[in-house]
Amino acid sequence: MKIIVDEEKCCGAGQCVLIAPDVFDQRDDDGIVVLLDARPPVVRHDAVRECAAVCPGAAISLDEDA
Amino acid sequence: MKHTLPDHVLVVGASAAGLSTAEALRRKGFGGRLTLLGAETALPYDRPPLSKQILSGIWEPTRAQLRAKEALDALDAEFLLGDAATALDAGRRTVRTASGGSVTADAVVVATGVSPRALPGQDGLRGVHRLRAVSDAVALRTALLGARRLVVVGDGVLGAETAATARQMGLDVCLLGPQPAPLTAQLGPYVAECLADLHRQHGVALRGGALVDRLLSRDGTVTGVRLADGEELAADVVVTAVGSAPATDWLRDSGLVLDDGVVCDERSRADEGIWAVGDVARWRHQGLGRTLRLENRTNATEQALAVAGNILGEDRPYVPVPYFWTDQFDVRIQAFGLPSPDARTVLVEGDPAEGRFVVRHDGPHGPVCVLGWRMPKQTRLHRASVVDHYTRPSRRTTPSAGMSSA
Repeated sequence: MKIIVDEEKCCGAGQCVLIAPDVFDQRDDDGIVVLLDARPPVVRHDAVRECAAVCPGAAISLDEDA
Repeated sequence: MKHTLPDHVLVVGASAAGLSTAEALRRKGFGGRLTLLGAETALPYDRPPLSKQILSGIWEPTRAQLRAKEALDALDAEFLLGDAATALDAGRRTVRTASGGSVTADAVVVATGVSPRALPGQDGLRGVHRLRAVSDAVALRTALLGARRLVVVGDGVLGAETAATARQMGLDVCLLGPQPAPLTAQLGPYVAECLADLHRQHGVALRGGALVDRLLSRDGTVTGVRLADGEELAADVVVTAVGSAPATDWLRDSGLVLDDGVVCDERSRADEGIWAVGDVARWRHQGLGRTLRLENRTNATEQALAVAGNILGEDRPYVPVPYFWTDQFDVRIQAFGLPSPDARTVLVEGDPAEGRFVVRHDGPHGPVCVLGWRMPKQTRLHRASVVDHYTRPSRRTTPSAGMSSA
């Protein structure tokens, strides 16, 4: 799995960080998403899928085959 | 009671809440038949950008699409777009559509959202716009490009965002509404007054405490707005953002309980095999001990997750901490929780004088809301302080109340 984030669509809600703090963080100055791990381990895939699903800016997309 | 898994789920409404429900069902392993019925012809798109990136022209309208075509194809769902639901037989779980068709399923999810309210005399008048669909945003943009003076009627999120965007497009803008400052209901008086200052600094004329008498027009074209106190505001374009009503007309004879939304239990269930999600759903929030209906983007997806789980037998109450955000000029405002009029406002981070801060609303039993002004990460970190208020078993017994935000 490879994670792709669209910084322009990110609205800084931090929902992804609440669900997967080991994969996502936010910049201190403007809250935009910081990708800590673009290729998370398999055990984290379900959490990452939930992040992509609940992102209110639809800013997280996943390449499941990568 | 043993839970029976459905063979066929029909989702009525193909916007954020409906699409998220369908996606969550698949993610949670649902392998049955999945149908999405949507009144609009466009592929599912996101609404928050309409009053900002789409109206300003920074994004092409297609950029607001929620998912790429391939992702929608991968859902293995049947999309019936451009066909509105017109009736539901709740006992049979059969939905009739405007084109004369009907769909019967084992589980029906109501995700029809809200419809914007209009001012009397608005319909048929040229130059008056509402903003709900992407086509509305495109039409309003075209109108604004040929206009000089805009009056926005409505001081909620949509009205204030539209005013900010139009001002940045160079128009003379007047924003009016009944509250003392825009978004007072959503932000509480302190942050709302900061927002009013922001608008004034950018040259927006604000009319707080203003009630509309009527729209003024000549030869079928709007020329301005007359206020209840007699003041007349001239305009080339008028936007009405005076709230919205749950889109439940089609459910009138369904037998479902309707009361400012589809009334649901703690699990977002309206009836046997019938669920509601997103703006249209009024469900019982177990933590607050009352029913709640939230018009915001985050609720659309979070409730969708909960409903999808419950359709598949998870049997869990939906007890979110409400969240919304708004972007106006260069400021992002975020709120975790619901502001309370009798709460005390406490500064917990930053400095209003420096244009970045987080405040907390403390109610009689503890924190109920945190509001951030250009401090997204810090605001989210303070969210923890209000979680208890929304998730602990309720001591409160207020029967029912509503809250709207974007």
